[in-house]
Amino acid sequence: MVHWIVAPVIIPALFGAMIILTMRHDTLLQRVGSLVSSVLSLAVAIALLVGAGTGEVFSYELGSWPAPFGIVLVLDRLSAMMVLLTAVLGLVVLCYAIATNWDQRGRNFHALFQFQIMGLFGAMLTGDIFNLFVFFEILLIASYGLMTHGGGRMRMRGGVQYVIYNLAGSTLFLFALGTLYAVFGTLNMADLAERAPQLPASDEALVRVTAVLLLMVFVLKGALLPMHFWLPNTYALAPAPVAALFAVMTKVGAYSVIRVFTLIFPTTLGAVGGLVADVMVPAAMVTLAVGMIGVLGGGTLARTVSFGVIGSMGTLFLAIGTFTETSIAAGLYYLLHSTLASAALFLVVDQVRARRGNSTLLPQSPMEGAGLVSALFFVSAIAIAGMPPLSGFLGKLMIMQAIRVEDWWVWGWAFILCTSLIAVVGLSRAGSVLFWRPFDNASPQDDDFTVVPGTTAPLGTAVMGALLALIVLLTVAAGPVTRYVQATSAQLFDTQTYIYAVLGSPEERAARAAAEEALADDLHGADHGAPVRRETNGHEEGY
Amino acid sequence: MEVLVAISIGAMTASGIYLMLRLRTFTVVLGLSMLTYAVNVFLFASGRLVTGAPPILGSLDTLSDPLPQALVLTAIVISFGMTALVVMLALSAYLNAGTDEIDIEKPGEQPETGG
Repeated sequence: MVHWIVAPVIIPALFGAMIILTMRHDTLLQRVGSLVSSVLSLAVAIALLVGAGTGEVFSYELGSWPAPFGIVLVLDRLSAMMVLLTAVLGLVVLCYAIATNWDQRGRNFHALFQFQIMGLFGAMLTGDIFNLFVFFEILLIASYGLMTHGGGRMRMRGGVQYVIYNLAGSTLFLFALGTLYAVFGTLNMADLAERAPQLPASDEALVRVTAVLLLMVFVLKGALLPMHFWLPNTYALAPAPVAALFAVMTKVGAYSVIRVFTLIFPTTLGAVGGLVADVMVPAAMVTLAVGMIGVLGGGTLARTVSFGVIGSMGTLFLAIGTFTETSIAAGLYYLLHSTLASAALFLVVDQVRARRGNSTLLPQSPMEGAGLVSALFFVSAIAIAGMPPLSGFLGKLMIMQAIRVEDWWVWGWAFILCTSLIAVVGLSRAGSVLFWRPFDNASPQDDDFTVVPGTTAPLGTAVMGALLALIVLLTVAAGPVTRYVQATSAQLFDTQTYIYAVLGSPEERAARAAAEEALADDLHGADHGAPVRRETNGHEEGY
Repeated sequence: MEVLVAISIGAMTASGIYLMLRLRTFTVVLGLSMLTYAVNVFLFASGRLVTGAPPILGSLDTLSDPLPQALVLTAIVISFGMTALVVMLALSAYLNAGTDEIDIEKPGEQPETGG
């Protein structure tokens, strides 16, 4: 079991390298290789979820270097859930890209895709915060390539913006890690968590600085206001299937916030206390408002959806920022939902673009197959706006229930409810302009746009249907999923289990220290030529 | 020594941020490289500044921390690769779009053509 933890990182890495080295001239081979890798990762992810579902925390020491000296991968309920979400979304997006020939519009799509997935898996599994940085970089490097896949004037310019913004973010991450190491003297998350309460009072200011720096880095990935500026352009200009995959990239930011701020800097830590929550809750509310108002004024469907993603991140961060067991459980359920819903919407954007050349919200001549696309849009719009009967409604309900105990709950409820209304208005306006507005002579003529063959393949629509079916499944299976996320949240607040799983319980550590001491004595004795001891401990010659 | 290192990190960071806030890609790339130099020195300093001490346990009474040195190596490799990538990307954006401005005033609707 334990060795499978590293498999989600190894499988895409191997296949990615194989695709680029041996399969790059053969489209079919590339597609098969990529699909096999994604299916394998999905199978492993399911197995890991089953393993983690028992409530045990598994720690995998890379190269058998004991923690905290080596790098560990840690599998708990949260990582297993995130890995499974990524694997599912990765497979769906890959199928869509293959079905609509997106993978052939530039080179090395499949290799970059696999490396992106590898980075995502790694970031979700690692138990070492510098390793988290490295995996962030891996997923970012791959995402730079994917973002500019297919080329084009505007996409390149959008790519430059995106890369520069994220490079600045990575630099900030390094500053945060430098401070962290200077204060704590370790980078292993469990070790950090254990040392945090023991730090002298003189270091408290530095601990706060570190916490806020890390928070900034993570919410930059998660597009919390005011760090959201990169998102609308990137998502609107990236190839739509890539934007759909990026839906899980913002969630990596949310994941890191949950992991670091429940484990290392929990609200019970004197030095930090309620600082993070005090910053995050208002910021999340503003994010929610800006995102949903942006939905109203998007101008194009792609930008409308991008702002919808910002809005859903606001909802998510509102739940996370409350930092209670129920609110994080609600947030995790909403996280699953919003990832699938925003991915589905980006695929709708792609279908609209494929059928009419753009997604501008202006009346144009009717497009082919508008009925099916509009139905798909309708369902995904209901999902992202949080209307019943889909899982977005349940997620928002759970979040509202969870924040009911806070003294600012009126504000939270007001923001969630009002912005949901705005989102409904914005999305229904976008939908009616695109699909319902009658075509008349006053509407601008469709300037010689022809549908590229293959881009509107029925298989692509089928994949979108599958994605929406997953959202329905999430709604129907809300009971078991809720139980799982509640157990996850409970596990997150029980940091002791995590720490003991990585570093060993005090008894284990005492035993290990004693064994090391005995060994050191032995070697010492050997150095000074003590033949008696050497004979009795002959089996330790290997050291 | 601490003061000197701190001042140089501060100066590099300040000029890096200033350059990064410019409108054209060239200065922004310069600013980013400046910032990565600053962070490399900063990481190096996070293991405390000592001179003439080897990073080997038990050889002398004072020893320097080897971990930040490993971290700096990783950071240098990553930032070097990233800078190369952003230069390539900026160049192709410039050749494609005919402008090296970072700002996108009116986001295009058709990413392929920029219409």
